[in-house]
Amino acid sequence: MDYKSTLTVCPYCGCGCGFYLETVNGKLVGTKPSATSPVNNGKLCVKGWNVHEFVQSPRRLTNPLLRKGGELVEVSWDEALDYVAGELRRIKAEHGPDSIAFLASAKITNEDNYLLQKFARAAVGTNNVDHCARL
Amino acid sequence: MAGLAAAFGSGAMTNSMEELAGADTILVIGSNTTTAHPLVADRLYRAKKNGATIIVADPRKIQLALTADCYVSQALGSDTALINGIAHIIIKQGWQNQEFIDANTEGYQEFKALVESYTPERTTEITGVSAEDLYFIAEKYAKAPAGSIVYCMGITQHTSGVDNVKSLANLAMLTGQIGRESTGVNPLRGQNNVQGACDMGGLPDVYPGYQKVDVPANQAKFEKAWGAELSLKPGLKIPDMLAGLGDGSLKALIVVGENPMMSDPDQHHVEQALKKAELLVTQDIFDHQTAQLAHVVLPGASYAEKDGTFSNTERRVQRVRKAVEPVGDSKADWEITQELSNRFGYPMNYASPAAIMEEIATVTPQYAGISFERLEGEGIMWPCPTPDHPGTKFLHAGGKFARGKGLFHAIDWRLPAEVVDEEYPLWLTTGRAHVHYHTGTMTRNSPSLHALMPEGFAEINPAEAERLGVSEGEMIKLTTRRGSIQAKAMITDRVRPGMVFVPFHFMEACANVLTNPALDPVCKIPEFKVCAVKLDKAA
Repeated sequence: MDYKSTLTVCPYCGCGCGFYLETVNGKLVGTKPSATSPVNNGKLCVKGWNVHEFVQSPRRLTNPLLRKGGELVEVSWDEALDYVAGELRRIKAEHGPDSIAFLASAKITNEDNYLLQKFARAAVGTNNVDHCARL
Repeated sequence: MAGLAAAFGSGAMTNSMEELAGADTILVIGSNTTTAHPLVADRLYRAKKNGATIIVADPRKIQLALTADCYVSQALGSDTALINGIAHIIIKQGWQNQEFIDANTEGYQEFKALVESYTPERTTEITGVSAEDLYFIAEKYAKAPAGSIVYCMGITQHTSGVDNVKSLANLAMLTGQIGRESTGVNPLRGQNNVQGACDMGGLPDVYPGYQKVDVPANQAKFEKAWGAELSLKPGLKIPDMLAGLGDGSLKALIVVGENPMMSDPDQHHVEQALKKAELLVTQDIFDHQTAQLAHVVLPGASYAEKDGTFSNTERRVQRVRKAVEPVGDSKADWEITQELSNRFGYPMNYASPAAIMEEIATVTPQYAGISFERLEGEGIMWPCPTPDHPGTKFLHAGGKFARGKGLFHAIDWRLPAEVVDEEYPLWLTTGRAHVHYHTGTMTRNSPSLHALMPEGFAEINPAEAERLGVSEGEMIKLTTRRGSIQAKAMITDRVRPGMVFVPFHFMEACANVLTNPALDPVCKIPEFKVCAVKLDKAA
């Protein structure tokens, strides 16, 4: 049995509680609060105690999907990303960079957000970047 | 955050969470803290145990109201009047901190002239809060050795949201309750990395670190750093993006980690706009209502499947660590963006999130001293300008504001965009329930949490239940000018007579079918917290 415990940060509210995700043979099995986190000092709320549950849900999206003939069908990453890159190039050429917009996210990491806004601003050439900070 | 940035020069929680436990008076306004931020509530209860005075102002009698020293139920949308009324009493009684005002602020005379008209009589008439309570709040807050304000979406999700925040900033400057331990104006951020998404430039008018895109020197700095030509024109906010899709000026929308179909007001209108896109891409961990309209759906990795950092509500940057491999063929969002950018023709070649943070530190002054090596342990609170800087627990120390002088704003109270009338006679407000989170994408896929609260509901006062002839758990129909939903009645005096509350987590009883898309003119936040509704017993 391969047991691991990984210190990380909660994805729910803005408190940012620290906890250990417990895994057995690559499966998430539990959450334990971090006693040394300055945010939660060994405590968690009901959402935090159950925060490992949704990650390996059978309902997770596992493959890129592309709409063909009205239906979303599974495709390879190559096909999905080539399609998006091609459409973005076409739309930028036909309608200009400001005809394209991006929603960044309060759920993804700083590094994820940084690259997304850099792609929008430096590659596409638009400042049309927002996220639901107001919700 | 626009309100705090205008007043102080920085749009973030001024003090740390732990400092709340040491405050002498805490005013909690528009924050259902025990439900939405349990570990902040923990500090409030500890402060209370230490002898602090806890004041709760919320239209709903939330859990924290039960232990507060003073609880007031202001009328929905009357916050600016309430805060001006408190300031009026403070000035009339001479409780203001004149030394602080003279040394560190500007705009005081205009503010003083404006609040002159917010007499206790007028304030009571607008807000429904008694003069006795107004005096109590004014005295306890102004005279406290350390007074702190905590607020959340109950203050901001209004057409007057920015005004409400500026009013709270006025109150803190008036009394000098800022720039010291356990004081300050403290917005609780609702999502785990909303602070970080703002810090990283996930906003239409700023680069990372709140550097304005329409300032040529900033443009030149980032053009050099990124090796690309950049636009000086600020971009569109979400409501303008939806309008742009509607009128055909916007053709493509890439949506990462959001579900605007459920999180934005007036759902029917949002659906019509999204359906007009020539290219709609969603990138997320679950299927959702927006993904069902998309041309391309990309599977992202969850927080447990990748490395990186989140920045919490108190500006603390903390390490997120990979515990398991991504499910199926899903990938971390940064990897997806990098691969897309390479195919688009703008090469990116980052080996890891740590390498991205190295670049972030070079262009973002607040993060200049942050690196993954330094984030082992307790994390670092920005601003952290150099590699040997310990980080910053509270902002504006000694009244030295980020913008120079703190700025008072003279602000009149305005009615909400929609008010009750004969046809729609009740006030509707929306918010969270303790078990669930946001649009429910994560919590409703968690079996334990789903079991605790499997379905939506509408809170109504016992008097309303009697008038409608419904009992606990019976279905009622809620209708506004936007649409209608059905939900089970929860009969409770948490809501006053004439008021209804609906949580926004449940797509089958979706609060945002009902809510008003009217926006704050500055920050474009929708008025989720107030609209007019009518109730019927479901057929």
